[in-house]
Parts: sequence; C-alpha cells; structure tokens
Amino acid sequence: MTMSFLDKAIQFQSFDFDGYFNSVILEDVMNSIENDDLDLYDLLNLLSGTAQAALEPMAQKAKKLTIQHFGKTIGLYAPIYISDYCTNHCTYCGFNRSNGFERTMLSMQEIEAEARVVADMGIRHVVILTGEAPLMTPLSYLVNAVRILRHYFSSIALEIFPMDENDYRILKDAGADSLTIYQEVYDPNIYREVHPEGRKSNYSYRLLTPERGAGIGFRAINIGPLFGLGKPMIEAFMAGLHASYLEQEFPDVEISLSLPRMRKATSCIEPRHMLSDRDFVQIMLAWRLFMPRIGITISTRESPAFRDRLIHLGATRYSAGSRTNVGGYALKPIDATVQFEVTDKRSVAEISRMIRNNGYEPILKDWEMF
Amino acid sequence: MEINLNGNLVVSKAKTLMDLVLEQDLDPSSLIAEVNLKVIPQENWKTVPVRKGDTIELLSLVGGG
Amino acid sequence: MTDIRNDKMRLGGIEFTNRLFTGTGKFASLELIAPMLEASGSQLITVALRRVDKVSKRENILNHIPSSVTLLPNTSGARTADEAVRIARIAREAGCGKFIKIEVITDMKYLMPDNHETVKATEILAKEGFVVLPYMTPDVTVTRQLYDAGASAVMPLGSPIGTNRGLEMKSMIKMMIATSKLPVVVDAGIGRPSQAAEAMEMGADAVLVNTAIATSLDPVQAGMAFSMAVKAGRMAFLSGMADRKLMAAASSPLTGFLRE
Repeated sequence: MTMSFLDKAIQFQSFDFDGYFNSVILEDVMNSIENDDLDLYDLLNLLSGTAQAALEPMAQKAKKLTIQHFGKTIGLYAPIYISDYCTNHCTYCGFNRSNGFERTMLSMQEIEAEARVVADMGIRHVVILTGEAPLMTPLSYLVNAVRILRHYFSSIALEIFPMDENDYRILKDAGADSLTIYQEVYDPNIYREVHPEGRKSNYSYRLLTPERGAGIGFRAINIGPLFGLGKPMIEAFMAGLHASYLEQEFPDVEISLSLPRMRKATSCIEPRHMLSDRDFVQIMLAWRLFMPRIGITISTRESPAFRDRLIHLGATRYSAGSRTNVGGYALKPIDATVQFEVTDKRSVAEISRMIRNNGYEPILKDWEMF
Repeated sequence: MEINLNGNLVVSKAKTLMDLVLEQDLDPSSLIAEVNLKVIPQENWKTVPVRKGDTIELLSLVGGG
Repeated sequence: MTDIRNDKMRLGGIEFTNRLFTGTGKFASLELIAPMLEASGSQLITVALRRVDKVSKRENILNHIPSSVTLLPNTSGARTADEAVRIARIAREAGCGKFIKIEVITDMKYLMPDNHETVKATEILAKEGFVVLPYMTPDVTVTRQLYDAGASAVMPLGSPIGTNRGLEMKSMIKMMIATSKLPVVVDAGIGRPSQAAEAMEMGADAVLVNTAIATSLDPVQAGMAFSMAVKAGRMAFLSGMADRKLMAAASSPLTGFLRE
C-alpha cells in the first residue's frame, strides 16, 4: 500500500463540490441508480440536490440490494460506556473536558456488573466506549476490561481514542475484534476549529486510524462523520470515499458506516449544518447504492419512528436497549451525563419485536471470535 | 369480358361471382371475395353478377406473422 | 402480488391465460400449426390476407386453427394507413373477428414499421370498433400517440423481423414498459426461449413469437419451450425477482414518510 487515505483525502480538498452538485441533472441521477458498479461520480450524483427528486427509486434499489447482500436481517448490539474521563475539548460533545460534571471510570467489578445486565438482555455484540484520557484509562485497563467482557459477549468492538498498531494488536489478542472510529469531520479546517486542543486535534492521526486497525487484523471497522459539523453531502462523500478505500485496501475486513448526527447534549454547540431526515435518508441510500456490501449502523440517537422506517432503507445494524452514560446499566441507571441523548429507549425485546413486525430477523449473535 | 382480378386485367366468362371462383379453380370455402371494394358474403356469390370492368379481389387467409 | 394461477391478460374483452402469442407464417407444413398450438397453449395466433388465384392457390389456414384460439389477422402488405385500414375491414367482413395487427412497412431492407402510418391507421380502425394491436418500432412518444389513438396494446419489435436477434431494443422497450398505459407485447426478433423469458422478466405483458417456432427443427417442441419460458419469466416478474420500473410509481412506499 503505497498511498494512505490521507493522500486520497487531500486530492479532494480543492474539488469544487458545489459546482459539481449544481451541474447534476435528473437523468444523471437515474443513470447512477440504474448502474451496477457505481463510481465516485455516481456517488456525487446521488448526493446532489437533484437526487432529492429520486429518493423513491433510490430507496427501492437500496432495499433490494441490502436484502440481496444481507438478507432480511438487522444485527443488534449495545454500547457500554466504561469511562467518561476526557482530555479533549471537542466543542460538540457532552464529555468535553470543560463540561463540569463528575467523571466516572468503572472498576473491573463494575464493568462485569454492566456486562451481566447487557448479556441478560440477549445482546452478544457490544461496543466499549471511553473518553480520551490515556492516563486514566491506560492500555492495561482496557485490556482487562476486554478480557472480562469476553466471558459475556461474542464480539467486542472498541470505540475509544485512536491508538498505535501495537496497542491495537494487544487489544485484539485480549479479545477485541472490531474498531469504531468516527472522523467527526473530514474537512480539515472545520476539524481544527472543533478540536482546538488535546490529542484529538491531530487530524491525520485520526484519519489514518481505520487503516491502522484494519492493518493489524480487526475483523470489522466502523467509520462515519458526525453530521452537523461539516457540510453534510461533502462529508457523506468523503466518508463514502473512505469506506470504499478501506474496502479496496483490506478486502477481508468488514467495513461499515454510521450516520451519527448532532442533536443537543449537555452544554453543546448548535450544529452548523443540521441534517434533516430527508438528507439522512438520501445519504444512506447513496452509500448503499455506491457500496452494496457496506454495513450501515444506526444508533439510538434516532427516534423510534424513524428507526422503524430505516429498516427498509438499507440499515443493517441497530443498537438496542442502549445506555449512553458510564455505568448506565447497573451502577447508575439514572444519570444525567450522557454522551448523547438516547431517543429510542426501547428495550432489546421491543426492538426485536419491531424488527420482526417489519418482516426482518433480529440477529443477536452474528459470529464468534475464538 | 374484361375484369380486374387481383390487380390484373383478365378475361372471364363468369356470369356470377361463384362462376368466377369456379372458373379460377378455387375452393369457395376458403375464400374471401371483394367486388368493387365491397366484401360479398359467400351465401350471395351465386346471385352477385360479374360485370365488365369490375374490380374483384379474391383473397384467403394464409400463414403470416 | 399476483399468483401465476390467477394471472390473466385482458385484451379486447377476452381473458388470456397464456402470454405467448404465436404466428402462422413460415411454417414448412401447415399440419404442424394445430399441434404447436396444443403444445404451447397459445391462445392468439396471427394470420395474413393474400390474393389467391388459380396459380397461387393455398389451403385454408383456418382448417389448422382451433376455434378456441383468437385470430389476429395482420395488415402485412400494406404500405399506407389506408391500405392497412382496407385489409383490416376485409378481414373483419370475412369473419376473422375484430382483432387486427397493424403492420405498415415501407422499408423493404430491414422491414422496419412505419410508426407514423401506424398511428393513423390505429385511429381510424379503433373508431370502427377494432381491437387494434399496432406493430411498431419501440418509441415512448409513439406509444403515447397510439394510446391516444385508441390502440388496445402496443407491439414493439425486439429486433427486426426474422433476425432472431432477441431484445436488441431492450432499453427502449424498458422505457415503454415503464411509461405505457397499454399492455406491451414484444413482437418480432425473439429467437430463443431465454429471450422471451427476459422480455417477461422486464415486465412485458406478452410476447409474440413466429419465425423462431415455425422455422425450428421441431415447431411443436419449440412452441412448448417458448410457452414455458414465457411462464417462467412472468412468474419471476410477479415474484419481484426482476427489474422494477425505471421511474417511481405515483406512490412512494419507502420514502413517502419524509414528505409528511
């Protein structure tokens, strides 16, 4: 691999996205929908304003492709926040270090208590989350946490601060198999604005995290922009570009995309580019048509009614029964300091029932690492 | 007398349409006859006269796509 | 979605349960027509009108067609709308029924139909109560004109008559299927059962196959093969396995909620 994604991303820094989007006519969109092997121009066509008029045909094809490649299934997982200590100043986040709230870090016993509750819900795939505070939650802490969770779950994903290959290798050996890392924003200027200080201010280190993780053998990598920070369709394009790059460079790794979008958490900034439901759907559909085999993960940030619809629009994984505060399952089930507000508060059982009512099968356990 | 039969000028001794058909050595049962742009039902062939200068088409249904 | 067992096609007041239409042209032996119809189950067959005289007399084709099969006389030989109209009237007066396939061809090299004259003939004959099935070069605009003129279906060619090149006109036909208000019957050029199946999977309402069956080594078996292919293609379409219409229908079942 001679070129990293950074090189690819730089190529697009001076691309006139608005100019291209304005030149797209409906026929271009319809051709892109009809194509079987879409290229970057097709992705742009599908993300253009013109494509808004063709959402239904996009949806019909997206649904068909998703069923073709994934069957009528939705994978379920749950997040487990184990620490909200954070040294970063991300202007948009509830865990921003300048937000004054009492920070928590779970002990191993407490982590096990959380695991028991989550496992009782039926969940077998989890994501461990921390803020960025390597001194508080060093590698050894994380390794121990993973080792405990291994007893309860078949798949453990990490949604933590970017790490080096060696650290990832150690965590993988301990039992973690997947990595979730959101770029937050692909536009380097905006990135700098919203990450003024701390380790996270390093744009390229974060950008190259997915490939570091894929390189050491994580089975699955989940990426995405945080919609609300940058211009949505450009961010969506860059994320699509990133995903297809990873798919190309690491053919044996499962790549998936998410669409976290800003609402309001505690003392948070107003999103500068609110992502409407319509735009959300358009992006999802464009991604699906561009990359038929990419996973699409939807969190409980989204409302129940909306999530119910998204099942038919190309989603493949849902979080369920989520608690987004540290110790939210066992230790502190009623706590105000969440990373983001859970809008879909339905239990795993309720979500499973909803999925079945829509003619799909909820998958609690997809695979197992030995 | 001279008549126009199927686009050709022919000489015929037929007095009626049925005579003409038989004169042409054709099987009436499979024929359609048009005299001066008017289709004549088979039951009338014995009574419809053939006159000089008449334009007559004798057609049948054949194989076609 | 419809079950193949309830799948019917209404045309000219008749319910067809078999979507393979056939033709009587080019048969080496007329004796094979009846067994071919039996084997294929085809319920509509084309015939032509020709002048006969003592030199060019032929056997009555009707002897070989069961009365239960609908006759579709064609206007082959016509070079203008007026000639087509005349042939149609003669056929009807002769007791062939009210179905008529308009075939107006002035191109003797490729046998491509004259869409313009075809629309004219359709308008006249539809007013006189004919069930008009116009044979045409696939064209979305002409389809609309034929609908306005009163046609009962449209019959776009798959590829030129006799070429057996299958669905050369595929993308044009797809457009027609997506936009036509009339049933679409793919006529001409279908050379293999797989091509007939493909046309049905695309959403065609029926196919008309003549040359490929009549000139095969075993027209009876070929007729059966085409019939099975048409049925398979139709079932695939009904099961949603096949390509959907290019443009969205008026309703938006998946994304309509975004407008609320």
